[in-house]
Amino acid sequence: MKPPVELEVPITADNPVAGIDQSVGDFSYDVKYELDAGTGLNEKTVDYISAAKKELPWLLEFRRNALKVFESKPLPTHWATRDLENINFDKIRYYLASGQKPKRTWDEVPDDIKKTFERLGIPEQERKFLAGVEAQFDSEAAYSNIKEAVSKQGVIFANSTEALREHPEIFRKWFGKVIPTGDNKFSALNSAVFSGGSFIYVPPGVKVSHPLQAYFRINAENFGQFERTLIIADEGAEVTYMEGCTAPKFSTSTLHSAVVELVALKGAKIQYITVQNWSANVFNLVTKRGLAHEEAEIKWIDCNIGSRLTMKYPGVVLKGRKARGEVISIALANDGQHQDTGAKMIHAADETTSTIIAKSISVGQGRSTYRGQVHIPKHLKGCKNNTECDALLINTNSRTDTYPAITVRGDANAVQHEASVSKVSEEMIFYMQSRGLTEGQAMSLAVNGFINDLVRQFPMEYSVELKRLIDLEMEGSVG
Amino acid sequence: MSQLEIKNLHIAIGEKEIVKGLTLTISQGEVHAVMGPNGTGKSTLAKAIAGHPDYTITGGEVLLDGKSILELEPDERARAGLFLAFQYPNEVPGVSIANFLRAAQQARLGEGGELDATAYYKRLYEKMDLLKIDRKFTSRGVNEGFSGGEKKRCEILQMAMLEPKFALMDETDSGLDIDALRIVAEGVNHQRGPGLGVLLITHYQRLLDYIVPDYVHVMFDGRIVKSGDKSLALELEAKGYDWVKKELAQA
Repeated sequence: MKPPVELEVPITADNPVAGIDQSVGDFSYDVKYELDAGTGLNEKTVDYISAAKKELPWLLEFRRNALKVFESKPLPTHWATRDLENINFDKIRYYLASGQKPKRTWDEVPDDIKKTFERLGIPEQERKFLAGVEAQFDSEAAYSNIKEAVSKQGVIFANSTEALREHPEIFRKWFGKVIPTGDNKFSALNSAVFSGGSFIYVPPGVKVSHPLQAYFRINAENFGQFERTLIIADEGAEVTYMEGCTAPKFSTSTLHSAVVELVALKGAKIQYITVQNWSANVFNLVTKRGLAHEEAEIKWIDCNIGSRLTMKYPGVVLKGRKARGEVISIALANDGQHQDTGAKMIHAADETTSTIIAKSISVGQGRSTYRGQVHIPKHLKGCKNNTECDALLINTNSRTDTYPAITVRGDANAVQHEASVSKVSEEMIFYMQSRGLTEGQAMSLAVNGFINDLVRQFPMEYSVELKRLIDLEMEGSVG
Repeated sequence: MSQLEIKNLHIAIGEKEIVKGLTLTISQGEVHAVMGPNGTGKSTLAKAIAGHPDYTITGGEVLLDGKSILELEPDERARAGLFLAFQYPNEVPGVSIANFLRAAQQARLGEGGELDATAYYKRLYEKMDLLKIDRKFTSRGVNEGFSGGEKKRCEILQMAMLEPKFALMDETDSGLDIDALRIVAEGVNHQRGPGLGVLLITHYQRLLDYIVPDYVHVMFDGRIVKSGDKSLALELEAKGYDWVKKELAQA
């Protein structure tokens, strides 16, 4: 095992913090570079990360191989937005250990962010962490009761590094199998430089009653750019996992590329809930996929509100008979934002069912895109898919696109696809105004009503915050 | 006592003038019925006073307590005490009746005012029971999938909760069967009192059997051409609108 390599990082007077988006404000930066992989990505970076984590040789090989795959793949701009070309891979820092994330003072936090915290009722101690004023948020104490209860049931809940080191016999089996390194350029990137994230194993028959949260394992690393999550629910097990929060999450790093793999063995159920509200400078490119075995069920509930560009298509491979897959997706795109989201359902066994419900709202000059892939091959019987995608356009420059890719073969399968695009009708706004609601209040109500049946599927805390967040986003969209 | 004064009002839709100089004063505590054939401008009158964006006021005035409301937004007029019971109430998908009305009440309290939730729900259920609306409807989207009768009862429910000074009721009886009509009328009568002035627009005498008006006005070709008390409505029913036309021609 090699000791960490000291890398030369040039510090220039005008740009001491390379890779940080200067338009977001000034930062103070700790000028001690002990555990730092520098900027840019090459084999040394990857070696460095692996060594810092004291990883076994197989994992280092895995990373090195992934790096080669990443370098060999082009950007997918033949179908995706060319905004991807604005990512400067050489200027990004791919690994920063705790204590090194750049900070800013509370005064430097923009007022509208502070206002959002206020409106969402975010606890004081969390605000500083979310706003990039503090690098760490130690939640260990707050949630230790839940952790204890959960470990008594035999549940393993660790970060990627710990899990692969201490329980390889459980995790190595599935690691990189649901989402192979070469799946796309960004899964390859993640596979090369991943750090943090949650690895969870639930033993057979165990039904975890309390939703597990990424919050439980927060430290600067785990809320990082290249999280890697793997959740395995053994036969008959059930678990819900929640990620993210409605509060605007500030990030200095402009590229976030996570990979989430879910494995539901026979009769198991996994529910994965995400609320994403990254700051407006972030490219959020995520690969999420679940593998559902016989009679298992995987449900993705995904809400995308923040970021400059999000590209995310949660998917389920329905591998066993009677497996079920579901994606519930809400996207809100405001000025300067592009939410490019959707779902993938790959049927690979008889009598499997899948459901996709996607609702998007485009405000101001925001753009939302739905991409859905549904694949049912000829030899299967009794498979069903139901897709509903609805788009709401608020202003005249708002934009929405829909790209469904449905491939159904055979004569014993059924697919249903419904799509709608609408504006909030003037008549409806007048009706609400005639009851005393201002145009802005009416618009907010109308938008919340549009996504209401999906919001109700989120846990209570989220759904209340989501409503408030929508209200905030809608303010200023009227008039 | 408040007054709603409509003075020589002219209303157009696009290029076409529909209401051609209408004058009418409604005081709180009075019920004024407005009747007339199709296309004569009855609904236009109600919607334009409420501030519907499709209509343009091309002349005249509308004063509430001596102050013009024509420069006010529809929601400002509502908060000033105006209520429009729609002929074809809109659906508001995904927004429950409970939340909708709570938002409307909250809007009247303004900044800093807090609505007492328990008191609110108690009132809501009381009114719903009176109007024979199943309590389960509180969680349904406003008018979503409602029958005609249910929609009209929902309008009266909203009116009961918002307690306006002046209610403009646009053909509230259209599409209602006898039973629904009776319930709706009872609901309105329940709110009748010194604090409420009503402009009741209707085609048929039938509604006026249940909601007995203080004044009846006949509208024809964009103007009020004849006024009287409740017996005028009976005369109209007996003789038809042609009688009015003939009388006008002779005058």
